[in-house]
Amino acid sequence: MSGTNSELDIRWPIGLLFALMGALLAAYGALHSGDAGLRPLGVNLNLWWGLVLLVFGVWLLWGAQRASRREQ
Amino acid sequence: MQLRWIDYLIIALYCAFVLGVGFTLKKFMRTSLDFFLSGRRIAAWVTGLAFISANLGALEVMGMAASGAKYGMLTSHFYWVGAIPAMIFVGLFMMPFYYGSRVRSVPEYLRLRFDEKTRAFNALTFAVMTVLASGINMYAMAIVFKLMLGWSIHATILLSAAVVLIYTFLGGLTSSIYNEVLQFFLIVLGILPLAVLGMVEAGGWEQLAARLPEGFMHTWRNLGQASHNPMGVEWFGVVAGLGFVLSFGYWCTDFLVVQRAMAARDMAAAQKTPLIAAFPKMFIPFLVIVPGMIAWAILPREQFLVDGQVQHNLALPLLLAHYYPPGMLGVGITALLASFMSGMAGNVTAFNTVWTYDIYQSYIRRQAADSHYFTMGRIATVGGVALSIGAAYLALQFSNIMDYLQLIFSFVNAPLFGTFLLGMFWKRATPNGAFWGLASGTAAAAIHYVATQRGWITYPSEMAANFHGAIYAWTTCFVLTILISLMTRPRADAELVGLVYSLTEKPSYRRLPWLNRPATLAVLVALLTILLNWVYR
Repeated sequence: MSGTNSELDIRWPIGLLFALMGALLAAYGALHSGDAGLRPLGVNLNLWWGLVLLVFGVWLLWGAQRASRREQ
Repeated sequence: MQLRWIDYLIIALYCAFVLGVGFTLKKFMRTSLDFFLSGRRIAAWVTGLAFISANLGALEVMGMAASGAKYGMLTSHFYWVGAIPAMIFVGLFMMPFYYGSRVRSVPEYLRLRFDEKTRAFNALTFAVMTVLASGINMYAMAIVFKLMLGWSIHATILLSAAVVLIYTFLGGLTSSIYNEVLQFFLIVLGILPLAVLGMVEAGGWEQLAARLPEGFMHTWRNLGQASHNPMGVEWFGVVAGLGFVLSFGYWCTDFLVVQRAMAARDMAAAQKTPLIAAFPKMFIPFLVIVPGMIAWAILPREQFLVDGQVQHNLALPLLLAHYYPPGMLGVGITALLASFMSGMAGNVTAFNTVWTYDIYQSYIRRQAADSHYFTMGRIATVGGVALSIGAAYLALQFSNIMDYLQLIFSFVNAPLFGTFLLGMFWKRATPNGAFWGLASGTAAAAIHYVATQRGWITYPSEMAANFHGAIYAWTTCFVLTILISLMTRPRADAELVGLVYSLTEKPSYRRLPWLNRPATLAVLVALLTILLNWVYR
């Protein structure tokens, strides 16, 4: 699927937001990994879900990057 | 629930992005068509996600979780019966007229197909309805954040209105659509861990069933009689009232959702918009209804009590507080915040379009330059937000907001689908038939409501009354439109080309690979929906 509005590919802002949010969450999770209160059911949710958000964000940015290169 | 700095940081990050998108899009808004319909340039997957997202407001998310806690899987009828069939229908059969006729709004279609008075009726009721919906949404948001986090009601209303105003004022419908797509991903990624953690703690589907009342895990098994299920509805009310009248009335005629498809870049994209939306839509029950059931199964009952009354609406907030640590809580709160704000923005962008094209340009100032209407769109955006704030304070007076929404919805939308069905598929339907049929249908809905309030007609539950009221309204509209049409003069065939099925050339997709054709998607959606209904019967 090609980009969206040729004006501003929607994947740039959404990808950037999720990448930043994910990085922030993962870093916070990694720094507080010893705190049992931050681990629902024993899982370091912030760390792992932060990584998921980061990967999703980067994937969108990569798609936007490829689309813009194709257009040029 | 207490938020820490990390949570506020995530919320601030989201707000900064939303405003940033608005400012970036501002320079691409050159004509009124850019502002109101995104210049009809948007790709199908984006309009598709915006289509579903415009409906996935926080009220819906929290209300469906509450309904899951109260009724279990019966709630999924609002998706697998009450949404998907109508989404397939609007994509395959109605989009060729909406998109093909190049109308700029749903009321404008009514003017081309019928005449001025039907358009005026629809435009005015729609404008009032969107402003009310937006206000109710804003009010609900303020209440939720007050309850969960202790935020001031006035501050929440005014701050969220300010953010929405800025980004819709700058970027018009494109801003609204982009934020809806963002909100879609936030809701999915913000709530998914809740469903997964809950399922792990509950110990799987069978274990969950063991902890819930009998019948919570079935959608169809207990629908034989209204007294056999907690919703108090039977299969006919569900299929005809919810699945046909209410659902088709909303998904096929509500400009709020149809506007997203009108912004698509070509006919194939417009037709695929609701079909692409149907894929996530059919799985949303697992994201919102199932967590509601999990909350009811694993959390102590006293957590649901407010002043001694059980509040099912707390299901989702309680689950957020139960599982999410600081950080992830910020993401969950941002998801709710985003869905409240995009619900507001969706209503505002639909309102400013109908106001400018269908009211202002039609009745107040006809022949002006495009730039004049563009400016009017921005003024209407400010006006729409101001009216919504007024409506939010009005809603503070009413206790049960969802019923209130349903009520307005059933008066206005239930008969409307009768008008569109006859308008698009029966060329003999006349302007007078349509107008008087629609007016009678709306009146029938109102009379039915009064009759149930006075106890002249009784139903096992309020939901059953809503479903059956819709059936009466639609039938009245449908029958009277036909009768009056047969007695009045139809419009000439030549005037109806592109507006009525029998006089319009069907779009051909031979050039597209078969997997990418609207009809293929529709068949896939239908098969999956039947499968889901069967598995959770």
